[in-house]
Amino acid sequence: MSSSASIIFEERKDQIVRKGQGAFDMDCNRESLAGAVSQRACVFCGSRVVLYPIADALHLVHGPIGCAAYTWDIRGALSSGPDLHRLSFSTDLQEKDIIFGGEEKLYRALSELIDRHHPKAAFVYSTCIVGIIGDDLEAVCQRVSKEKGIPVLPVQSEGFKGNKREGYGAACKAMFRLMGTGDISDISPLSINILGDFNLAGEIWIIREYFERMGIQTVANITGDGRVADLQRAHGAALNVVQCSGATMELAKMMQEGFGTPVMRVSYFGVEDMAESLYQIARFFEPKDPGIMERTTELVKTELSELYPKLQEYRRELAGKKAAIYVGGAFKAFSLVKAFRLLGMQVVLVGSQTGTEEDYRELYEITDEGTIIVDDSNPLELSSFLKEKDVDVFVGGVKERPIAYKLGVGFCDHNHERKQPLEGFVGMLNFAREIHSSVMSPVWRFVPRKKAR
Amino acid sequence: MATMDYVSTTNACKLCKPLGACLAFRGIEGAVPMLHGSQGCATYMRRYIISHFREPMDIASSSLGEKHAVFGGGPNLKQGLKNLITKFGAGMIGVASTCLTETIGDDVPMIIREFRKEMEAEGGPGLPALVSVSTPSYSGTHMEGFHSAVRAVVDQLCTPDSVGEELAGKFVNLLPGFLSPADLRHLKEIVEDFGLGWVMLPDISETLDGPALEDYEKIPAGGTPISAIKGMGQGAATLEFGHTLEGGPTAGRILFERFGVPLHQSGVPIGLRETDAFFQALEKFSGRATPKKHELERGRLVDSYVDGHKYLFGKRAVVYGEEDLVIGLTAFLAEIGVKPVLCASGGRSGKMSSCIERVTAGLLETVPRVEEGADFQKIEDLCEGLAPDLLVGHSKGYRLSKKLGAPLVRVGFPIHDRFGGQRVLHAGYRGAQMLFDSLVNAILEKTQEESPIGYGYM
Repeated sequence: MSSSASIIFEERKDQIVRKGQGAFDMDCNRESLAGAVSQRACVFCGSRVVLYPIADALHLVHGPIGCAAYTWDIRGALSSGPDLHRLSFSTDLQEKDIIFGGEEKLYRALSELIDRHHPKAAFVYSTCIVGIIGDDLEAVCQRVSKEKGIPVLPVQSEGFKGNKREGYGAACKAMFRLMGTGDISDISPLSINILGDFNLAGEIWIIREYFERMGIQTVANITGDGRVADLQRAHGAALNVVQCSGATMELAKMMQEGFGTPVMRVSYFGVEDMAESLYQIARFFEPKDPGIMERTTELVKTELSELYPKLQEYRRELAGKKAAIYVGGAFKAFSLVKAFRLLGMQVVLVGSQTGTEEDYRELYEITDEGTIIVDDSNPLELSSFLKEKDVDVFVGGVKERPIAYKLGVGFCDHNHERKQPLEGFVGMLNFAREIHSSVMSPVWRFVPRKKAR
Repeated sequence: MATMDYVSTTNACKLCKPLGACLAFRGIEGAVPMLHGSQGCATYMRRYIISHFREPMDIASSSLGEKHAVFGGGPNLKQGLKNLITKFGAGMIGVASTCLTETIGDDVPMIIREFRKEMEAEGGPGLPALVSVSTPSYSGTHMEGFHSAVRAVVDQLCTPDSVGEELAGKFVNLLPGFLSPADLRHLKEIVEDFGLGWVMLPDISETLDGPALEDYEKIPAGGTPISAIKGMGQGAATLEFGHTLEGGPTAGRILFERFGVPLHQSGVPIGLRETDAFFQALEKFSGRATPKKHELERGRLVDSYVDGHKYLFGKRAVVYGEEDLVIGLTAFLAEIGVKPVLCASGGRSGKMSSCIERVTAGLLETVPRVEEGADFQKIEDLCEGLAPDLLVGHSKGYRLSKKLGAPLVRVGFPIHDRFGGQRVLHAGYRGAQMLFDSLVNAILEKTQEESPIGYGYM
């Protein structure tokens, strides 16, 4: 433990706890420490990832080129139809725009892009610099909206005005402005909006199919494989089911206040949480449709009877191996802890970029003694924890991958760039297969970390 | 051809200035790149760079929040520097500004001067080298950021007499620009084979392509040693790559003007003719003939040019990416009988056209269309009338390659959709050989796949 103590910044001590060492007391949601290499992003990033999958909207980044270039086709958020979201649009502000203001350029860029691509709506993201030079985004958006006859929505996502979570909020505010405008006359009383699923590797299609089998209509995907028209009538759904609590919970709350739509938190990761989420939704609709519980039970039974024998094969070899988790939102971490338990594996480190105290308290409850829980970590800390705990596989995003690989530790990408669906029952199997293919590879015997043992 | 003047940029063919500065700082021993701005910049750039090199790439940030944007980011920058020194053990910190801090008017050199004074007053251990570079992302591309950082390092660290008598004048300075780790390793090998000592700045050959390790290194091993940088003013000569840099205020120019180090500027040595020029310079500086090993490599390259010439003759290529890379690649394509029909870059040096005319002299009947400040929308629009057979550039052209059904030969940065981007060799006779083989094979593969016969010999 002394090895890791030396690399932990004094100011960050309260953002790390070890289960079993005193009472739970954790600090989080602080600004990142200057000079630490945080794994966090910015407000813009939060807005961009949430809105990105809306496939028939134009996403224009108002700022210098970087913010648009680094978010071009960044997520594997699939669309079943249009794919305008996979293009990267920028006003590419130059020095003269900074001096004289970027409004005119924004107006012309928006107009020409709408003419070229005929989107159903446009989102205009403000970046750091726009916040400083003071362009009136709202006014330009209103003007273009009037001229082109589509919603043009400013997203107040100046990078420095907080962290990723404020960005989620800005995205939710922009989406909320679309709601309440569409026709809802043909929506079933058994209907939901799916919030907080981004259709990475086609995951939302798996989940929608489950709901179909239960007899539930999905009104709007928010935002994976999302469409503007669906968002405009999302207020007609009977229930909002929210995954990835950080990103879209605010929208669910706005809809609850604005339209009275009830909210339910769900998770599609791992067998337990997936099944429980479906049952929870079935219980909600049971008064309206008493047969729904039976259909749901049948669905879960069918899926599990197919899944379990296959999972057992992986479990046999994975049992006892050690896992570490570092993800964007803490809610995903809950499901991953359970998923690893199902594989017989032990979670020795779990952390997130943007968890709340409540989130960490829950993680503290569900993890084993000695597990390290960490908020807004950095490569130095993470690597020292990986080594200290002799981890076999690390679950994280692309920024965590080289940390794991450099130390010769297995890795599973559970972030935006995954190409395998990890949600749903079939996702659990994919997850097990991916963990297995990393942990059981023969290459680890050659890495210095193992050779030295 | 229709002219299209878009106000907006779609699918940029460039990256922002601070990213280039971070890459350059990464090539200095013990250095930590740091961005003075909001947290997102560092994280985005890290992710982008990691996806190409598959190596750790730490970039620190001063993580400015709203109140700092109003009252100035100085205190955060100082706090960040202090943390990097005490916790990271940084041997150098390269601070690059961002659009945010440039616009709020933070004077980074002054903040650093204040920081030095404050630290000296506290009486702690000696400070590491602190270098700052101005990289507002609203002017120029990542390549301007890269070259500005190299220039800032030379400008702020070189001293007139830091190496001893026995070393002075016995080495050459190599300023290669942004090439792959494999390229840099090869260049060093070539220079050594001429019996020359060298200082290469920057040198990412190990820092961004390192071995598996037992312990995570706070700062990856390798890179140009600071002591070597300090002594660059006593080099026998400076070789600086990049035609667009010629005559500009570069690191090589500073070494010449301030320390009298003769400056030899040339193109990036890609292809036979541009590599010949590089070897001629080395012959001159070393007083030695090209070693046999390299003569043979050159001979094999020419031999393969002959063996493969028919597969490539008249093929129409679109080349895009960083300006000096495009110029080098165009020189190479022209000498193997490929017809470059469009040379595009997001950069705007204003020199691409004339440079391309020069490096293809005597080889092309018509000068290819050259587009500076291009994005992929523009490249795609232009391709409609050009009917290219192949694309040569980084992986962001994949979408276009798929649309056109024309193979993409991946070179440069970033390569996000293939393995081994950090080991792609472009430079020297050996690099030309690799490129040549890749090009011929890309054409052969397409011909074979499209043929109903299923030829076993191609």
